[in-house]
Parts: sequence; C-alpha cells; structure tokens
Amino acid sequence: MIRHPSELNRKISDAVERMPAFPESVQKILALTRDINCQPKDLVSIIENDPVMAVRVLKVLNSAYFGWPNKITSIDRSVVHLGINTIKNLALSIAAIGVLPKANKAGFDINGYLLHSLTVAGVAKRLGARMGAEADPLDCHIAGLLHDFGKIVFAQFMSEEWAAALALGKEGAMPLHLAERQVIGVDHAAVGAILAEKWQFPTTLADSIRFHHDGEIGHTALSAYVFASNRISNELVRGALGGNAEGLPPAVAARCGGSLGKLVDSLGDLSGIVEEAKLFAQIGAA
Amino acid sequence: MKIKFWGVRGSIPVPGPKTVKYGGNTSCIEIRTDEGDLIILDGGTGIFQLAQDLRGKMPVAANIFITHGHWDHIQGLPLFTPMFVAGNRLLFHGAYDFVSERGVEQVVGVQLQYSFFPVREAEMKATIEYFVLSPGQSVRSGSATVTAVLLNHTMINFGYRVESNGKSVFFTGDHEPYYNIYHPADERYPEYQALIEEKERAIADAVRGVDVLIADASYTLEEYPAKKGWGHGTLDSCIDLAERAGAKILYCTHHEPTRDDQALEHEFGRALARHSPRQGGVECRLAREGEEVEI
Repeated sequence: MIRHPSELNRKISDAVERMPAFPESVQKILALTRDINCQPKDLVSIIENDPVMAVRVLKVLNSAYFGWPNKITSIDRSVVHLGINTIKNLALSIAAIGVLPKANKAGFDINGYLLHSLTVAGVAKRLGARMGAEADPLDCHIAGLLHDFGKIVFAQFMSEEWAAALALGKEGAMPLHLAERQVIGVDHAAVGAILAEKWQFPTTLADSIRFHHDGEIGHTALSAYVFASNRISNELVRGALGGNAEGLPPAVAARCGGSLGKLVDSLGDLSGIVEEAKLFAQIGAA
Repeated sequence: MKIKFWGVRGSIPVPGPKTVKYGGNTSCIEIRTDEGDLIILDGGTGIFQLAQDLRGKMPVAANIFITHGHWDHIQGLPLFTPMFVAGNRLLFHGAYDFVSERGVEQVVGVQLQYSFFPVREAEMKATIEYFVLSPGQSVRSGSATVTAVLLNHTMINFGYRVESNGKSVFFTGDHEPYYNIYHPADERYPEYQALIEEKERAIADAVRGVDVLIADASYTLEEYPAKKGWGHGTLDSCIDLAERAGAKILYCTHHEPTRDDQALEHEFGRALARHSPRQGGVECRLAREGEEVEI
C-alpha cells in the first residue's frame, strides 16, 4: 500500500512519461500525418480527445522551461506557442511508443474508459458554454477528458493492486474511489491531481481532477462542472437520467444553477455528445 | 557595433555565377561590439568563410547563438576551424528541443559522428561549452546582452535581440507570421485569431525600436500560399514587422535558393512598391554575403 502520495509520485510519474496513448488516436495520428499537408485542426482534434496525448502536450507547455505568465490548458494555444509541426512531432513521438493494450492484468476496459472520458469532456464543455463566463468551455473539455487520468495510471503501472480495488468495489458494492483508498492507500482522483500538480498544470485543473468524487467541498466553477458532468455521464450510461438519478450535492448544484434534473433539462439533448464520443473511441464501429 | 553577413541563403548553399552578388552560403552573421566582443548568429555554411577571417585573430572567444537546428543554420559548424585550435573558447547557446529531448549540444554532436565526419568532438582542441536558453532569457555576451525570443517555425526557433552601448539588432532566424488554423466559419476561429494577434504584438514588442532587423523573407506573396506552414516569412511580412516594430533598417535574408540575383532584386522591388514608404520610416535592404554595416 502507498503510505504517502509522494511515494507514489516518485514511483509512477517518470513511468507516465513513456505511457502509450489510445489505439484509436495513435492510428489516426499515423494516418493523418502520412499527408504532409494534413490539416492542423484535425491534429488538434485528435490530441484533445486522447487523455495521454493531451497530458503530454500540456506537460511540455507548462514546464518551467517556458515560464509563461499564465498556465496553459488549451491545445490551440499550445499550437500557437510551439507551432503545428512541433506539436505534430510530439504527437508522433507518443504514437511511436505504441498503444495502450486492449487487455491488461487489471481487466481494465480502455474503450469504456475513453468513452467515459470523452462523454464527460463533451458534457462539461456544453455545461461551461451554458453557464457563461465562469469557466472556458475548452478548459471544461480538457478537465473532463483528464478527470479519470489516475485510473489509467493505476491500470498501467499498479495493475495488481488496482485489480484488487476493482474486485473489492464490486464485491462490497463500494464506490471505486473508496475501494482504491482501502487497497492502494490513495484514490485515482488524488493520483491524477498529484500528477497534474507535478506537471504544473493550473491549480483549477488539478482541483477539478482531485474533487470529482468529493461533492462537499467548496467547488470552483470548473470542478463543479466536472463533478456534475461525471455524474450526468454515469447516469446516461445507466439510463437513469429521467428517473431515479443520484442528485447533485448542494455545493455543486449551487455552482451549476440547480438540481441535476434542472441542469440536464437545460443542457438539451446529450445523445449527440455520446454518439460523438463513441465515434472517436470507435465503439460500435465496424 | 558592426554586423557582417557571412551567409544569407535559405535551405541549401547555391554557389554559382547567378548568385554571385548576394551570395550562396547559408545563414551566418557576425556581430562585433565596440569593445571587440565577437557574437555569431547561426552556423550555416557562411561560418566557414568567417573561420578564414578569424585565422589571424587567435585566440578566439565567441558566443555563438543558434536560432534552431535545421541544416542550413548549423551545416558549417564541423568546419568552423576555431573549434580545432587550443586556446579558443566557443560558447554555444540555443533552445531545448522537446521532440528529441536534447539541448543545443546536439547541433554539433549529431554532425560529428563517424558516419558523417572524420573528427570526433572530443578531438577538438578548443574549449567548447553549451548553454540551453529559455524563451525570454537574456545572457551577457561580453559587453552585449542577447535575449532569446521564441518565434514561429517548424521547430523551436529563437530570434535573438543583441544590444550593446545603446545599439540593437534583431535576427529572426526562421520565422513565419502566425496564421489561423481554422476556417473563418469555424466556431474556434475568433479565439484562435485573438491568440495570434497577442503573439504578433509580443513579437513586435521584442523587436521594438531596433537599429537593424534581419528577417526571414524567403517567399514572395505569390509563392506563399503553396508554402504556408513551412515556417518562413515573405518579403512583405518582413517589411510589415519592421514597420510595426519601428525598426530603422530592415535586412531581408534567408533568400530562396532558386532565386538568382536578378530575380531577387526584381521581387524585392515589387515588394517595396507595395509598401508606400513613410517619411523617416524603415529603410529596406537585401542582405548580401560579405556586406558589413556599422550602427
């Protein structure tokens, strides 16, 4: 068991440097970049829909080397700063590492993970746009995309411990993050946040990762939107949005303009977001 | 401060009768401060001629600032003979490359490998040191201050602003004005445009008020659409930057290798005609190998 987050930090943060990305985006990057005249915006779209690639690009941009006055969460801004060819070659260097294995020791469903991350990203972006100036919709997208990054780190680098936590969660009907705390000593939200801080991502982004299972703290707009989007996405999968859905904690509801039901109504039809996420994750594709 | 052009060509050396006026060597500029401190910008093939010039001036102490690692900016380094001579002190400065995950030391190291060159770096007798610069970082170089400015190219490229005794020169290395990757009809077009405009203002501020701006003017306006994204500017974009930044003299450089002397002067004349010169505005010149200017 991890006794202190810094122990885990040491153990895995370097390994994450060499973590492969998702098969779908690696294939897309390789296909796209065979054409010397590929469209930069298509490249941006692939990177900002793959948690591993997005993390790697933002990690470079937020490194102390550049010392920008403001932290960077946008892939567009990354392209402006470094140029599209450098971003393309960064993406290719990640693609060259290989792809995340479809099956792993922890029994982790990486397609399901990607679908969930993309759905939360899409809902959070819609929510950000709906709520106005409180949080940039593209920041909401990135925060949603990365909120579960800790899970993929566990699956890849602590697969045995994480498999035990997954099993405990199932057997004990216990939320996964609580099972992780019991088995590993730290949950995926905390791990994702620790890494985000180590990579000098903005505090608001790290907090939105850290608190996406913690409804009681004083949320920022960004963390509240990610919390709510995560819950909406889970309920979308359960098909429970219309009826007995789990509500939002008061701190989150206050930031999001009301109850879960009211929020979902205000967001309009979410099926397009799910379909788009499925398309990118190539779930259901022939 | 004296500035001398040793290489003004882009991409590849093009010696021959049709380029004899402006020169065929690739990027290299010598700067001498009033105190005699030597600063070299880029190590393209032009640096070989500079090495000949330095033969009677040993020992050489030079700060060499590399804009980026593309061949036309480093290709002369293996034959920069002061590196072979004990007592010389050569300090290289340049960016960190996040793709190769290596610093400026690779601009020499990659060329001095068995398969490409007979002499190993360890066999070079001069004291050679490497310093990785961050964007915005200023370093003292003798009596001068040199500041690295991140510009827009197909790899990380630093422009350098050199200041000494109240005089200043800015060399872009390779730079393409920022362009929007979205279509005007795309939702994300306006925000991207705002980012670009912010960067353009920052670059004009970095160049602000220089006595001499030496800028990448590879293409003509007509050529540019087919070369968009290749990381180079146009004659017109250089004039525009010089005007916005209030530069006194503009030298257009990185001449397209397929453009001979006659064509270069023709295109330069056309570009100038498109810009009605302001009273007391920028004076535009074509950089010419061997030309020296004192400011």
